[in-house]
Amino acid sequence: MTSYLGRRVLQSLLVLLVMSFVIYGLIGLMPGDPLDIMLASTPGLTPQAVARLRAIYGLDQPLVLRYWHWLIAALHGNLGYSRLHSVPVMAVLLPALWQTTKLMTASFVVSVAGAFGLGIVAARRPGGVADGLIGLLAFGGMSVPVFWLALMMILVFAVQLHWLPASGISTVGEGGLLDVLRHLVLPVVTLSLATMGGFIRYVRASMIETLRMDHVRTARAKGASERRVVLVHAFRNALIPVVTIMALSFGTLFNGALITETMYAQPGMGKMIYDAIQGNDFNLALSGLLFATMVTLLSNLVADLAYGWLDPRIALK
Amino acid sequence: MTIRRWIAAAAAALMLLAFAPGTQAAPKDTLTIGVAQFPSSLNPYIDSLVVRNYVLEFAVRPVTAFDPAWKNTCMLCTEVPTLANGLVRIVDLPGGGKGMDVTIKLKPDLKWGDGVPVTSRDLEFTWQAATNPKSGFSSPHLWGRVKGVSIVDAHTAVLHLAKVQNLYNSWDTLLPAHIEAPIFAKGVADGSYIKTSAYNAAPTTPGLWDGPYLVSKYQSGVEIVLKPNPYWPGRKPAIRTIVIKLIENTAALEQNLLSGDIDMVAGEGIGLTIDQALELQKKYPKRFQYSFRPSLTYEHIDLQIDNPILKDVRVRQALIYAVNRKLMVDKLFGGMQPVADTWVNPLDQYHTDNVMKYPYDRKQAAALLKAAGWTPGAGGICHDAKGQPLELTLMTTSGNRLRELQEQVLQSMWKQACIKVDIKNEPPRTLFGTTVKHRSYTGMVMYAWSSNPGDSPRQTLSCGEIGTAANHWTGDNAIAFCDRRMDADISAAETELDPAKLKATWVDMQQIYARAARVIPLFFRADEHVYPLGLKGYTPTGHGDMTPLWAENWHF
Repeated sequence: MTSYLGRRVLQSLLVLLVMSFVIYGLIGLMPGDPLDIMLASTPGLTPQAVARLRAIYGLDQPLVLRYWHWLIAALHGNLGYSRLHSVPVMAVLLPALWQTTKLMTASFVVSVAGAFGLGIVAARRPGGVADGLIGLLAFGGMSVPVFWLALMMILVFAVQLHWLPASGISTVGEGGLLDVLRHLVLPVVTLSLATMGGFIRYVRASMIETLRMDHVRTARAKGASERRVVLVHAFRNALIPVVTIMALSFGTLFNGALITETMYAQPGMGKMIYDAIQGNDFNLALSGLLFATMVTLLSNLVADLAYGWLDPRIALK
Repeated sequence: MTIRRWIAAAAAALMLLAFAPGTQAAPKDTLTIGVAQFPSSLNPYIDSLVVRNYVLEFAVRPVTAFDPAWKNTCMLCTEVPTLANGLVRIVDLPGGGKGMDVTIKLKPDLKWGDGVPVTSRDLEFTWQAATNPKSGFSSPHLWGRVKGVSIVDAHTAVLHLAKVQNLYNSWDTLLPAHIEAPIFAKGVADGSYIKTSAYNAAPTTPGLWDGPYLVSKYQSGVEIVLKPNPYWPGRKPAIRTIVIKLIENTAALEQNLLSGDIDMVAGEGIGLTIDQALELQKKYPKRFQYSFRPSLTYEHIDLQIDNPILKDVRVRQALIYAVNRKLMVDKLFGGMQPVADTWVNPLDQYHTDNVMKYPYDRKQAAALLKAAGWTPGAGGICHDAKGQPLELTLMTTSGNRLRELQEQVLQSMWKQACIKVDIKNEPPRTLFGTTVKHRSYTGMVMYAWSSNPGDSPRQTLSCGEIGTAANHWTGDNAIAFCDRRMDADISAAETELDPAKLKATWVDMQQIYARAARVIPLFFRADEHVYPLGLKGYTPTGHGDMTPLWAENWHF
């Protein structure tokens, strides 16, 4: 187990190194650099001023050299300076990370809990009324655009009912726990509804398959209660394929909630990465994307470790 | 706990959160303003963005500014310097030629937010920092005209200008020497000042601000909170807290306005789009106050002169005659945006109506095309004698819904005039970062730029400002316009002191511009202001000195 873990960590570090170069290179290949964007909004820049600014931002060096300098600094814990926010990258990255962690963890927990419950109910009587209704909800969640869903949520709960705030992370002058939670409700519900649909379908399919297995039939023959059959004998076995999907989704969620974050003015990782790429903020974009890669690798590792826990027959070597 | 109990507990928690006291209870002395963009820095000189200026105008004041009536007025000074009042003198320069000495008298009771007086030393430091090549500022702004500063006393300084120019009485914001000078001295040599400036590193430092408000909270990409500056000597702000909140999506911005999460939307092109504001006015005419003020933002289409089709002035003029700009403005923007004849806004003192105009006239367009050798052919498209179709590409910023609508209207109008137009859009970063700067568009490109009243058109229309690889594409003359008479006019427009002669020069420039038809002038954008019913003292300006410059007058 220890050697397996060590190997996976080494593999992940290698992937991160390769990804850092690929991302840096790809951003560098995009048309226009940060100075071009500044030039477009600042009339009257002289050629001398442009040359000086390029030197100040290190843009006068070849891309490979810039990457090398970034890598060396990053290994020393310095991720550089965010030109877009005019502060060190860490000062932008950490608050965004904290905001994303709150939002994603809450919505992941809600969507997974909902998917487990509804997926199991649907799987117990495939084709029944409950299955039909849950299927409708699942397909609705998967097919409704997040943008529209978010607007509707704001329209109903903030504009019409005035129950919840329409956007932001807290109220100026308040900012207590309750206030922060109130600001999280709509984005969490929106994200949960958007991701839950897919999870429900996976849980349902996996549960249907497992409930038909011999060991479940044996458990029923031995007189185990239906609750025990479903939750103990079937559910754990049904989790293996579901865990893979959820682990992959967790990584995606961490950097892919751009629309939800934009609609609800939540300054998280998705929006930060998007803005950094649009604004040609190399350091910030690179750090954000690398962090997203790291979360994806980590969640896959957790999924692999979970297999062994869920099914002791799977040995990790 | 059973599943039912879990569900009941979750529902109860949700209800608790829903009915907990929230934002709706905001007191009347708080104003939350929604914006769709966020400043990257609060340093007045590091870069140039409308949203940055909008925020800063609550907290810092320029020495002079154009008021809502477009008249140049003093903000930090006691009297606008002029030749008439003796605060401006034309002087002989040591090496020959004439220069100017401009005396700035600062108001004696001005203080920074930490109680330190605003003095001539701040003015001198600002000039030094702005003109130091190593400062990392994107441009020296108005201070680039100054070759030296003499401090007369704590509140009087003389700016020495190296040449005679007529915009001698417009001056920018000051930097606090007692805070920024030590940071500047430490960081200027290695170019790190732009990273260590207190405006970036500690924007809530009270001493950075000399306006009626201070930045009391700055959360990058989220919100900025402003509180009254206790040392502001002018009228005390009635609104005790101003929150500037970022909501990038304009549809969400609109919903936030309706829900009461924000009280108003910034109107200077950084909030709702004009069609949204018009729709809002239609649906909720009595819920907010609305104002649509034509601005200096000039929407136009640049024509690529290197394209053989567009080299012929008759084709360029036909393109303009073929579009019904009035109809487009009426249908898309409720007639709120005045059609442009040149880049000079009708509200500008130098505007003239005496230019070649291109009213919608399809017959005239057809006649010009025929004279240029283009006749209608297969598919209703004009062809030349060699059978080449009259086909052009039109570009603009992708994702800009209004511009994309404009494109469709224009495409259809040109099609009726036998001109085939293909639409090819690019994201703003590519369009402005490369395509317009490097003039790599092949046909037409639609975008807007903004200026200040009386600004010289040197950047956009003089031969010396054509961007090339050699000058790092720094010129803003994106149409590569080069005309000797225009160049002479531009020089005269910057130096002429006689008002009548100055006006004549501006008229000539506008006439050259309109005749050449190197650009299709579309319209001047209107700033769409949506603000609360009870808010008084709020006066949109339409130019670069925006409404927050008079925020201390706002009250409920």
